[in-house]
Amino acid sequence: MKYMMFVCTDTEPDTDKADEPDIDVWVSESDTCGRRLEGSALAPTSAATTVRVRNGRLLVSDGPFAETKEVIVGYDLLECADLDEAIEVARAHPMARAGRLELRPLVDLND
Amino acid sequence: MADAIAAASTDAYARIVAALIRITDDWTLAEDCAQEALTLALQRWPQEGAPGNPGGWLMTVARNRAIDMLRRASVERRKLAELAVLALADPNPTPAEEVVDDRLRLIFTCCHPALALEARVALTLRTICGVPTADIARAFLVSESTMTRRLTRAKTKIADAGIPYQVPTGRALAERLPGVLAVLYLLFTHGYNADGQPAFADEAIRLARLLQQLIPGQGEVSALLALFLFQHSRRDARRDQRGNLLPLDKQDRLRWDRTAITDGLHILAETPEDGPYALQARIAACHATAASVDATDWPAIAAWYDKLAWIHPSPVVELNRAVAHGYAHGPTAGLALLAQARAGGALDDYPLAVAAEADLTARHGDRVRAAALFRQAASVAYSEPERRALLDRADELDRVGDACEREVMTR
Repeated sequence: MKYMMFVCTDTEPDTDKADEPDIDVWVSESDTCGRRLEGSALAPTSAATTVRVRNGRLLVSDGPFAETKEVIVGYDLLECADLDEAIEVARAHPMARAGRLELRPLVDLND
Repeated sequence: MADAIAAASTDAYARIVAALIRITDDWTLAEDCAQEALTLALQRWPQEGAPGNPGGWLMTVARNRAIDMLRRASVERRKLAELAVLALADPNPTPAEEVVDDRLRLIFTCCHPALALEARVALTLRTICGVPTADIARAFLVSESTMTRRLTRAKTKIADAGIPYQVPTGRALAERLPGVLAVLYLLFTHGYNADGQPAFADEAIRLARLLQQLIPGQGEVSALLALFLFQHSRRDARRDQRGNLLPLDKQDRLRWDRTAITDGLHILAETPEDGPYALQARIAACHATAASVDATDWPAIAAWYDKLAWIHPSPVVELNRAVAHGYAHGPTAGLALLAQARAGGALDDYPLAVAAEADLTARHGDRVRAAALFRQAASVAYSEPERRALLDRADELDRVGDACEREVMTR
């Protein structure tokens, strides 16, 4: 199954003083075992642009700037056998402690 | 005959559902087929007599029904071939390894942390225990249609999110087991609470036994089973004729179920003492083996609570610790710990915390204040039997107070 893993900030990060896992190690390990297909960090929300079409009119605006401090700062596309495997990949990501990770399965429209 | 069917179905239901889910991946189909097999048994067995192997009969009927339904839906050959083999898996006498694993798989899937806690409890009751949706709805105080939707949503989540149908291994087993035990504990409490469904407590005990048998050597599983047995041993003594809840000191201990207590003690003797359920079970064992409240080994209980508060701190544990210390080392010690436990505010308006303060205050000698506190606890009680029990305590204190005053005046 494919999972989109949204990397988010969190207002209550882990307070554990133990060493945080290294993101480069996580990327290379996840790539090597074939569980990470691609991924990237995202530019801050100040660079975000919103596009809408209403009654045939294009509406482009700055933002959105979420009121909360919990924003998506990156993503990784995972290929895992099931949710338990995806959880194991996510727990090893440094942002599991500094922020939080949201796993969303992709819907296979050909299924 | 109804008893024979009930006995066979209790044992076979989870096995059938678990095996059908493994092969077909279809939870609703599995439940429907198991249910239809039971319905057919109710029709046929009274006339034709029960078959020699009731579990095997039920499995075969359910399997054939599943094959029928899948043929109609024309699913792939692999599933049908696997179903055909399932006929050989006789669920009753000597369960094949894979069938045992199926039920364990089902338990871990139903209790997966990616499901909402209430959904886990409901799904466990529905899928593993075969409790009708209407009964589960009543226990959770929602309508049957709401519960049906909740169960459907949980099953959809399992399929969509890719929650696996497997027993975790290694580190994952150690991480997931407490979550499974928490679901069983909630199930038990739902059966044990004043307004609960008593049958749920029996289901929780049955599941704990099953877990103990399927994953032996897990101390916390055995400890939880022992804890259930000790608490359940008091089920007949917990209420008076009016249905009011009786505190430990008012219960007729001769009505405690000795078989359950002995069973619990045997299990506990082989359980290491370090986990939270092991500590709670040891506390429950102290109560279960005491001849009266006064003869209870309160210093031991207080010491177990100290350990429990250390490894598994929670406001309710702190509250019980204060009560235990109150009995072991006097009401002043208890009141001091109670004040500490309530300092965070987590126990505000918690009826048992107010009742504990009332009880300690009464034993400290301030009957008027204690009676007022019991009435305050009654005003926030969660259930009617609990409320009446607290008001009884207040009235009793008033009567004792009046009697003392009369005595003083007549002297």
